[in-house]
Amino acid sequence: MGLLSDPNRRRALISLLTRLNAPICVVCYMAGVAWFMGLAFEPFTLRTYMSENAMGSTMVEERFPAGERALGTGREFSAHKKKAGGMPVDWLVKTMQSRGLEVFTQRFSRRLPFPDEDKERYMVKGTNVYGILRAPRAPRTEALVLSAPCSPGDDNNQAVGVLLGLAQYFRNQVFWAKDIIFLVNEHDLIGMQAWLEGYHHTNTTGMDWSPLQGRGGSIQAALSLELSSDVVTSLDLVLEGLNGQLPNLDLANLFYAFCQKIGVLCTTQGKLQRNDWDSVSGYSHAVQTMMLMVMKQASGRPWGDHGLFLRYHIEAATIKGINSFRQYKTDATTIGRLLEGMYRKLNNLLERLHQSYFFYLMPSLSHFVSIGYYMPAFGLLALILLLRALDLWIQLATPPPGVLSVLTPLVISHLTGVALYTLPIHFQEIAVEHFPVSETEAVVLTAIAVYTAGLALPHNTHRLLTGRGTENGWKVLKLVAVLYLAVLLGCTALINFSLGFILALTLVPVAAFVTPDLCSATPACTLLFSVFLFQELQEMPVSFLDGWMLYLSVISQGILDHALYGSLVYPLVALLVYPCWLLFWNILFWK
Amino acid sequence: MAAPLTLLLLVAVTVRAALYRSSLADLISERVEVVSPLTAWKRVVEGLALLDLGVSPYSGDVFHETPLIIYLFHFLVDYAEITFMLADVITAVALYLSVKDYNKQVFRKQKYALEADRYPLDCLELIRSPKEMQYIPLKVAMFYLLNPFTILSCVAKSTCGLNNAVIALFVLSTIKGNSRTHSSPAEGNSIYPLTLCAAALLYLLQRQYIPVNLRRFSFWWFVAQYAFMYLGSLFVIVGLSFFLLGSWDFLPSVYGFILSVPDLTPNIGLFWYFFAEMFEHFRLFFLCVFQINVFFYTVPLSIKLKEHPVFLIFMQLAVISIFKSYPTVGDIALYMAFLPVWSHLHRFLRNIFLVSCVLLACSALFPVLWHLWIYAGSANSNFYYAITLLFNVAQILLVSDYFYAFLRREHHLSHGLYLKRKDGSEATLVLK
Repeated sequence: MGLLSDPNRRRALISLLTRLNAPICVVCYMAGVAWFMGLAFEPFTLRTYMSENAMGSTMVEERFPAGERALGTGREFSAHKKKAGGMPVDWLVKTMQSRGLEVFTQRFSRRLPFPDEDKERYMVKGTNVYGILRAPRAPRTEALVLSAPCSPGDDNNQAVGVLLGLAQYFRNQVFWAKDIIFLVNEHDLIGMQAWLEGYHHTNTTGMDWSPLQGRGGSIQAALSLELSSDVVTSLDLVLEGLNGQLPNLDLANLFYAFCQKIGVLCTTQGKLQRNDWDSVSGYSHAVQTMMLMVMKQASGRPWGDHGLFLRYHIEAATIKGINSFRQYKTDATTIGRLLEGMYRKLNNLLERLHQSYFFYLMPSLSHFVSIGYYMPAFGLLALILLLRALDLWIQLATPPPGVLSVLTPLVISHLTGVALYTLPIHFQEIAVEHFPVSETEAVVLTAIAVYTAGLALPHNTHRLLTGRGTENGWKVLKLVAVLYLAVLLGCTALINFSLGFILALTLVPVAAFVTPDLCSATPACTLLFSVFLFQELQEMPVSFLDGWMLYLSVISQGILDHALYGSLVYPLVALLVYPCWLLFWNILFWK
Repeated sequence: MAAPLTLLLLVAVTVRAALYRSSLADLISERVEVVSPLTAWKRVVEGLALLDLGVSPYSGDVFHETPLIIYLFHFLVDYAEITFMLADVITAVALYLSVKDYNKQVFRKQKYALEADRYPLDCLELIRSPKEMQYIPLKVAMFYLLNPFTILSCVAKSTCGLNNAVIALFVLSTIKGNSRTHSSPAEGNSIYPLTLCAAALLYLLQRQYIPVNLRRFSFWWFVAQYAFMYLGSLFVIVGLSFFLLGSWDFLPSVYGFILSVPDLTPNIGLFWYFFAEMFEHFRLFFLCVFQINVFFYTVPLSIKLKEHPVFLIFMQLAVISIFKSYPTVGDIALYMAFLPVWSHLHRFLRNIFLVSCVLLACSALFPVLWHLWIYAGSANSNFYYAITLLFNVAQILLVSDYFYAFLRREHHLSHGLYLKRKDGSEATLVLK
């Protein structure tokens, strides 16, 4: 019982921690950042391997022949789509029925809380069309899903064509043990949300949809296909889903294994893997890929139609076809064979994918970092907060602190957070009446206004409270705020590691070293900085004005995501991170 | 003192009523940390439905509370929310009155000891004054009523609130001096408050000035009287349950269920994970080990704390809450309500910061890891059990810290505050 009970050793350890507190904190921060950057260095990562025995080898003979016919179907689809001005429901139903599937449609409609300026929609009405290929000799207990979005304009026609071609080919096979559902969803994520809610009989987002007439069993895995050109040079795998949830790593391993077998170039985050990991440019390439994944995961939005499946415990990924300036082109038949191989393997599954990792980061498609390796980076940052809390506790130990003086700033901060969460959407009508702005701009500007108004609070609340400018008052508040931030960041990092890590990187130095004189950064700056960094990483750097517009659209998309799909980033930031940070802002203006 | 207490009761009732009307009530009543298979309101409703159909409520392994509860709710099911709020109010008032009485006795004993010059000269700063003890009963009531754990337990309509009320009434009647009949309802509801009767016995012996000497006849006579009254009232309660229900099948369903732990729903206790992974061959052995663990601490604690029976009651309540087979946060709230009574020990507490941080962090992490395990499917039971273990370790550390502080203060009161070795140099106390 040495450390906790022996008073001499305790005293020595505590005096060490209080004397060297600031240097240890700085060392921890550097160590955390260095650890994180080191994760992309190839010798520190593991090669991906298939964990599920049922998907052991790629010993499947793919024989899909009808790539050209699939492209022709895609052209027909495009023509009918133009004629119908949206989803050509009747043509799709007839085509799927002629291929021997059981076809059903689902109508849905949703009024967005405010117009979406990126996709230019406000009152969304649409239809999903899906056909079920029943397994010939198996009980109808499990299903797989292949989906392609019906996008406006010229996008994703080839995807629907390949989907229909595969449906016809699969219909002639006899070894399917699971039902396969071929889904064409309209209005991408909104349609997918309606379909999933209808399939699972839940209604979490207040959407209006007609019930599904036909169903398969419980869905084991799903793939979403986005293909906008007749030939592709590489296939991109998108894994990040809603709230930063990732599918089981085995799905990515399956994709990679089949790409290797068939000989198609495969990428993740749009970046091709490089072999020269020991050179600086090779390492920075891996870091860029990993940082792109971190930024996408932290945003909490689904980056493909597959993102909404993950919430229902269905492993899903999106495969995007990319046509760039490379010599070697892959045609639709090869893509069809790849998908056929993947579905044959998924057909073999006896239980849901659970053997491999659910929490990982991928600096490239063949290497990954698991949670046991990347969590210490976050742990080192959280340690800084705990050391500061310990230091403050020892300083405050005589006399014992009173917690009641902390209550007022806490309550006011949380009320401001509630205002930031509820006011932007509720006041958009009033804002549109009085100011010459559109609804979306009204929502975003109200959010920014409430945020800035919160910054002005400490000056006003200090006039109300008397005698609160005591020397030790701010230390008590800082102790509570530091512990609150530590618990909050810990819980966030468990659910969405990237969001927790980015918040920790920017908020922990501020929180640890804030005193009534030092200046600090704000979470809004974090978001602004992240937007610019994201554009840099994607090799599409933006000017300041474009970056600012992008920033505003990110805020509006965040609020929309929360209203439409239940993304947690906006409520987390508004109701928890912002009040916590306001407590530190209060300390800043304590005198 | 009545006005602040009434205000506190009003605030507490308002908070609970507001939460009952909100949408959070359904969410809370499903949380496994707040309700267990013993205390869930859903099961009481099922039992009532079975009773209305004329079937025994214990058929089908749904309902596991005593028949007294089900007959109470047979008449009060429409006023269930008021019943639970009233139970919380009764607990708070009972704790308030008992702590007030206890403080009076502590102060009186201290006065006699001061007059008899039994304290060394340098430990006068450890003597407690009436001014510092004035607000302690109100703080105890506040700690119970405004504890988030209690509020969650009340909003979920967990019968733990009723159990807490009975235990609090038992503590009140012990401190007032006549607890022989009141202990058995507490023990009737679950078996574990049996360990509290040793503490009550010691308290009554002290009150009657009968020394705890195993060779004296007066001691054994008192113990026999106490045991007779206790067993008698226990039989009365069990017999009453039998007559109300009409059969004996509540015995295996209530007491057999608590002792044999057949239901392994995850909760904040230590039993579920162990017994989920255990082979059938060893199940009885480990069951005995775990159950003896709950009762065993009575013996050494009673021997060490025979002069301080109220602290012994606190320790026993804590041990029961941590090691029982289906703990919930309502049990934790009951022993935490006693912490202000020992607030004079704060200068000897060593790990209070670490413990409170860990308890806070674990309380926040319970729902997160439950979500990751059950809904997202990314984690598994190991993650949740890790937090359960950490939570229980923190509670054990809290209880042992208070025990250490209490014993250390007693040591200082008899040996002086500044300890010297035999050669006169300064010494420090080390726990080995």
